[in-house]
Amino acid sequence: MLTSSEKTRYQKHLLLPQIGIEGQEKLKSTKVLVVGAGGLGCPVLLYLAAAGIGKIGIIDNDAVDLTNLQRQVLYKVEDIGNPKALVATKRLLAMNDTIEVEAILHRLKKENALQYIQQYDIVVDCTDNFTTRYLINDICVKLNKPFVYGAIHQFEGQVSVFNYTDASGQQGPTYRCLFPEQPSELEIPNCATIGVLGILPGTLGMYQANEVVKMVTGIGKVLSGEFLMIDLLENTSRKIKVKRRPDAEQLARQSETQEQEEIACKTNIMKTLSVEELQEKLEAQEDLFLLDVRNTNEYEICHLDNSVLIPMNHIPNNIKHIPRDKPVVVYCHHGMRSASVIQFLEQNHQFDNLYNLTGGINAWAYEIDPQMDTY
Amino acid sequence: MKYTIALFGITKEIVGSSSTTLEVADMLTTDDLLALLRAEYPKLGAIRSLLLAVNNEYAEQGLALSEKDEIALIPPVSGG
Repeated sequence: MLTSSEKTRYQKHLLLPQIGIEGQEKLKSTKVLVVGAGGLGCPVLLYLAAAGIGKIGIIDNDAVDLTNLQRQVLYKVEDIGNPKALVATKRLLAMNDTIEVEAILHRLKKENALQYIQQYDIVVDCTDNFTTRYLINDICVKLNKPFVYGAIHQFEGQVSVFNYTDASGQQGPTYRCLFPEQPSELEIPNCATIGVLGILPGTLGMYQANEVVKMVTGIGKVLSGEFLMIDLLENTSRKIKVKRRPDAEQLARQSETQEQEEIACKTNIMKTLSVEELQEKLEAQEDLFLLDVRNTNEYEICHLDNSVLIPMNHIPNNIKHIPRDKPVVVYCHHGMRSASVIQFLEQNHQFDNLYNLTGGINAWAYEIDPQMDTY
Repeated sequence: MKYTIALFGITKEIVGSSSTTLEVADMLTTDDLLALLRAEYPKLGAIRSLLLAVNNEYAEQGLALSEKDEIALIPPVSGG
């Protein structure tokens, strides 16, 4: 039931015969989990909260930083350093105090995904990495829940509703029906390394929020079985028709065991070094090779003394320049790219002398060398 | 036979253009076309999952292509 203040708040929805009181009540009784409160997450959260989704979950383990403010419109300068999920919760409740918002300050992982996702009706995929995207797909297929996918690259974006069951009981395609196998970050770099037009996630996020509202209220045509691509430079869009593969469920299950093994083997093998440990080793003048896998422009802003730059994309062609006879400390901005590089070198080139610098050069600048330029 | 392929996401950067053409003597299937592109651009070969759309529809393996077909090569995208 809507209160009289809610009837006023949602007046413009109630005036639409397609939504009306019934549609607004459906929105109120729906629980939506938004995974990732970054570029896509910000517009999705703002508009779902404004539209009156009864319960919104925000799962994100990141803190606001200055580079976010070019596109993540929920955050202010004073929020820098604070957890995104908490800042976002406060912002949303300041706008709509009739809804419930749950902040989850963790990363969505294999160990917790089932537990979080099963408490919600719809998931919105606003993540920035393939591991979480495939995890969302696989868990949603397992729990038979729809999810609204959005992804961005420079000036173009993709959006679709996956694993949606329509009124006639027909199940739509899943993410793996389009891209069965998860690519590594080495095959396809993410936006942390290639840049994105700030307006792009705004546009795509709106499409995602719109699909949620359509699905819940039953208006219009849900973007299931169609994969929409939008190019903001040319103002073009293209819809690709896609079908559910008969083995969609099998694909989602298979990966579960594969990923489990990969994660286990990755955490067993990968050796790490904290910035404090590295500082001790450098002060003790231990013979180390410091490998920087960021891009040249990042290296120019700051780097560790005596480090060697081989950007991540150039690693496969420079294997012979990486020593095997002494410890190699691999670092990037935050420690994600360096972990991918180590995984690649260990699996494909049998290195056993690699250490990942936890927190990357960013941690070094904050913990060890406050004079260092950061970005 | 001359095929024109529209490129998206990372495939655009790998090829260095928003579309590319392939001129071959024989008629190609979707598998042939992907194999030729992967051979010409090894970085495309490294991408495990690539979607090929023909006339705005997901193309099944082994589909025969005609010159008039509108072909698009779509990679997965991770950014958010």
